[in-house]
Parts: sequence; C-alpha cells; structure tokens
Amino acid sequence: MANLTLRNLTKSYGSTQVLHGINLEVGDGEFVVFVGPSGCGKSTTLRMIAGLEEVTSGEVLIGDRVVNNLEPKERDIAMVFQNYAIYPHMSVKKNIAFGLRSSSLSKPDKEKRIQEVAEILSMVPLLDRKPNALSGGQRQRVAIGRAMVRDPAVFLFDEPLSNLDAQLRTQMRLEIKKLHQRVGNTIVFVTHDQVEAMTMADRIVIMKDGHIQQVGTPAEVYHMPENAFVAQFIGAPSMNMLSGTLTVDGVALDAGTRFQTSQTSGTPQDVMVGVRPDDLTLEAGNPVVSGIVTVREPLGHETLIYVDTPSGEIIAKASGKTPPEVGAHVTLSADLENLHVFDAETGLALR
Amino acid sequence: MTATEIRPTTAAALETKAPPKPRNMGQIIRWLLLFLGGIAMVMPIAYMISTSLKWPHEVYNVNLIPDEPTLENYLYVLEDGRFYKWFINSIIIATLTTISNLLFDSLVGYTLCKFKFPGRQIVFIAILSTLMIPTEMLVIPWYLMSQSFGWLDSYWGIMFPGLMTAFGTFLMKQFFESVPDDFIEAARIDGLNELQIWWTVAMPLVKPALAALAIFVFLGNWTAFLWPLIVTNSVEMYTIPVGLSGFGDEADVAWELIMTGAAISTIPTLVVFLIFQRFIIRGVVMAGLKG
Ligand SMILES: Nc1ncnc2c1ncn2[C@@H]1O[C@H](COP(=O)(O)OP(=O)(O)OP(=O)(O)O)[C@@H](O)[C@H]1O
Ligand SMILES: [Mg+2]
Repeated sequence: MANLTLRNLTKSYGSTQVLHGINLEVGDGEFVVFVGPSGCGKSTTLRMIAGLEEVTSGEVLIGDRVVNNLEPKERDIAMVFQNYAIYPHMSVKKNIAFGLRSSSLSKPDKEKRIQEVAEILSMVPLLDRKPNALSGGQRQRVAIGRAMVRDPAVFLFDEPLSNLDAQLRTQMRLEIKKLHQRVGNTIVFVTHDQVEAMTMADRIVIMKDGHIQQVGTPAEVYHMPENAFVAQFIGAPSMNMLSGTLTVDGVALDAGTRFQTSQTSGTPQDVMVGVRPDDLTLEAGNPVVSGIVTVREPLGHETLIYVDTPSGEIIAKASGKTPPEVGAHVTLSADLENLHVFDAETGLALR
Repeated sequence: MTATEIRPTTAAALETKAPPKPRNMGQIIRWLLLFLGGIAMVMPIAYMISTSLKWPHEVYNVNLIPDEPTLENYLYVLEDGRFYKWFINSIIIATLTTISNLLFDSLVGYTLCKFKFPGRQIVFIAILSTLMIPTEMLVIPWYLMSQSFGWLDSYWGIMFPGLMTAFGTFLMKQFFESVPDDFIEAARIDGLNELQIWWTVAMPLVKPALAALAIFVFLGNWTAFLWPLIVTNSVEMYTIPVGLSGFGDEADVAWELIMTGAAISTIPTLVVFLIFQRFIIRGVVMAGLKG
C-alpha cells in the first residue's frame, strides 16, 4: 500500500499535447475517481501511472519512488481493463494465478492466496471454468481477482463497469466499494459516468481537455463547483445556467429577475447563474424564473418538467403525484444559497 | 407457406413428408454447378486410385474400374526401398518447415502488428512485395547461394527458401490484429517479458490461424517439386514428388507406379488436415462466443 503522486504530468502525441500538467496527491488507501467527458485524457493518465504509456514530462511517484522509468511489473500496481482482458484460453483459476507469476510466494502459499481471493469474490465454484462460460459480471470479477491476488500498492481501473448492463453495474459498483473497504488498497478508478464517480469516490478528479478542473469529495464538487464545467458535469439532470449581470446590488438576470447575492461587483460583470433542477421548486420563495411547461418526464417519485423561459429551457423537479400540466405557466423559486454564480467569460465560480 | 396454414392438417403433413422440391430454376442451376464442381474435384483422385490399381497395359484406358484390379503396384512401391527414403525425406522437410514457419512467421507478424517502431510499415511492405516474385525467378539465385554455401543436395538446401514465408507473416500479422492490446498490456502488468507474452498470451489466441498456416505450409512443402528437383542430385535426397516423377524409364513413364506413390503420399496430408482442421473449426466457435 502506498500513496501516489503526480507532478506536472504531461503527455504529447507528436505535436498534439493531450495532458497539460496534471498535479495530484492520492493518499494511502484512498479511493480516487477520475471522471470527465470522452477524450479528456483519463485513460492516458491512468496508463502513465501503470507504465503502459511513456511520460512526456513530469513525474509519477508511487510511495516515495519516482517510477517514470520502471516497467509496469516493477511498479507494484495492478490494472483492470474495460473489456476485462482475461485470457480466454485459461481457466478462471489460471487467470487469477497469472497475477502471481512473478511473485516469490511458495506454491502452497500461492494456492492459498488464490483460494482466498476466490472466496472474497465468491468465485470458488467457478474456478475451473473457462471465461467463455461466464457472464459479463463474472468475467469482470475474474479480472478483479487477477488484480487483487498480488495485493498491489495501487489498483488501477479503467472503466471496468461500462460493458455491463445498468443493474449489474450498480451491483458491481457496490461490490468494488465493499472490496475497497475490506482490502484498503489505494485505488484510482476511471469512469465517464458521474454517478459512478459520486457513489464510489473518496475524492473525485474532474478532467476536461487534459486539464484537471477540480479535485474534491463528492459533496464538495456537487455543492461547491469551482467552475461552470464542473457544475454542469456533476449531477443529473445538468445544472441550469441563466445569464445575467452582476452589479453592486447583486444579480440581475437577463430574464428580468433580480436578487441580492453575497457576491457583488463594482463594475457590471456578465455572469452565469447556475441552479440545479433539484433546487428549483414550484413553491413560493425567491422567484428565479417563470415560463410555460413544455414536457413532463415522470420518474415515479418525482417528475422532471421542462420549462420554456426567457432564459431558455430550464429543467426543474416537481412532485411525482401532482405535477403541473403541460402548457401551465409556472414560477420557479430557489433558495439564494443554492444559486451558483460563475463568471460568464472564464466560467470560474465567483464566491 | 401461408397456404399450408389454411389446408387441413393431413394435407399439410403429407406435403412436409414429400421430398423437398427445388423451388425454381436458380436452385437447380446452383445444384448442377455444385455437382459439376464436385465431380471436377473427385475425378482426379478417383483416377489416381483407379490407375494405381491397374496393370501397366491398362493404364491408357480411360475406364474408371480396372478390368483386373491388382495390388501389385502397391507391393512394388512399398517394397522399393527408395520410396521409404523419399517418404521420410518429405516428412522431415515438410514438418521442420512447418514448425519453422509457425514460429518465425508468427514472431515477425506479431512484432509488425503489436510494436510501433520507426520503419515498421516499410519492413511490412518489403516483406509483402516478395510475394510478387515467382518461385521460377528465385530458383537461380537460390541455387547459386546453395552452391557457394555448400548446401546443395542437403535437407537444409531443400528447406532454406521456405523456412519463413511472406504469406505466413502477412497472415499472422492480420490475425494478431484481432488480439486486443488489452491482453498484451494486462500480461505486461502481470510481469511477463515480451517473448513470454507472445508465447503464452498471443499465440494461444491465434490458434486457428496457426492451424491454417500449418496446413498451407505442410501441403505446400509436401507437394513442392521444382526447387527440390533442382537442388537435389542423389536419389537418397529426393522428396516424394521428385522421386515419383522418375519412376519408369525415359521411353515409358510408369504411370501406375507414380499414381500408387501419389495415392500413398496423400495419407500424411489427410492426417495433417484432420488434426489441424479441428482447431480451425473450434477457433471459429470460440471467436463467435467472445463477441
Ligand atoms: N496513440 C495516440 N495518438 C494520438 N492521440 C491519442 C493517442 N491515444 C490517445 N490520444 C488522444 O488523447 C486524448 C485522450 O485520450 P484518452 O484515451 O486518455 O481519453 P479518455 O478520457 O480515456 O476518453 P474515454 O472516456 O473515451 O475513454 C484523446 O483526445 C485521444 O484522441
Ligand atoms: Mg478511456
């Protein structure tokens, strides 16, 4: 077990730079999730930690060692791939044993270790099967087993759940989290699913275009997004953005509403005001915006309503039992503390 | 088919029992073509076997069933010590060449497929371009080379041009493309060196391709004629095709003996085919399940 440090890590393919100075400290035993849209460089970062991709500049430290020039096998890491990468010509047991090839354990100790791992993952009855006789979830469990068996300092997961169906994904998500609580190794987990990130992570790293946007606990990135990108990326449905102007008196929305905010600006400044659908209610309060309901999406315990307003289409949540009719004129209100103000130009949060 | 549904059940039952009727002309023509194709494939083999069962005077009769079938030719060929020697020569040469191709073609194919190094494309194109040079053109350089190295009239001399083939390299490269990089990277993380990865991870995943290559190479070398004929001098170094062609004397080619030898020499090719064909079929099934 060890902590992991990335210092000014960059990566270029030829003349295109895909990572621009990644700095990150991952504590011993921490579960860190990288999340971001497709192509933002999550896998590349992970693969550089693993040693599968050369580092263009910067440093990767595992424990206190700089591992830039070490082979993957010398880094004390294990990796689980999106499409499992378990060898189809070997039984489950052989696949798991494969992770122990270079270990110095004695044969009986290896056997014991394999058995132990199989028990943790409840795979004992499957040990003699070939991978093509396993379900997707079982295959992924074998891949995790192969990684676990070596008890590496750092576990690396690259979208391990994205080939599974929704239900299985939820289940495996829980299993991996329990597994982490049980074995306690440092984990770096890549996903593009923000729900996965929120539910599993101790800390989330949000990336975009090769830059880290924010690092924080799920609560921090949800409640205190540092910029408009993070605000809209985390949380589903996405945060609504309303354009307005910040002055000494507070915010004046282009749609007409004005309210007092803790932020002020001497010279008028263009801003975006973000508010999550969850925080917009139909009850009386601080009115933010009003408009006509165009679409309703019933989700059971609540209903998503799409409201056509002067600020564009706004999504809000209404009661599941008595949502407003399509065509109804509604006024949406929010607590002032739930409004996020961002600089319209830079996207940075104004606090 | 919709008509059957409204008819009484008995009629429907009757109809299904009747032999399948060809639907239309297209189908008849297709069957006819397949039938002709089948005949074209089977006839030479039938004639080979038929001729091997004939007495010399009957050889030039086109009848398929010999008037007086005899096993005399088989006895003659099998008692002739030379045939054994040729048979052994052919077995050794075809087997060694096949093993060599399986190892080296796949090693080069794997390297070209899975390692990015400068000049990779050029190497690949250079290898491919040798496919365009016919054997006939290469025979003389090969001969001169063998002569200066003292390889004439030896196993090595017969084998060296075929120990690696451009076709095999190409085939293996294409098949390695279907092995996901994740497997290789997973193995790297598991601590295998590159040669171990090739052998324990990549090779088992391309077994069907190896089986196909084994069949190609074995058959190709088993039936090779021109180069073995040129490079060998002594009768003991002949391979089966070279040896058989010399049966009989200048005035009279002993077709019945040649055909007998040919019939016997198809047996190993059948064995090789039966062994490796299993892998090909299994490979197809495996690939289907993986998807
Ligand atoms: N071998 C390569 N050559 C050139 N560019 C590459 C190469 N590999 C990746 N890239 C680029 O690097 C960027 C980051 O890729 P990466 O695979 O890390 O994205 P990702 O965040 O994992 O995305 P996804 O969620 O789709 O997996 C992408 O823009 C991609 O086009
Ligand atoms: Mg990726």
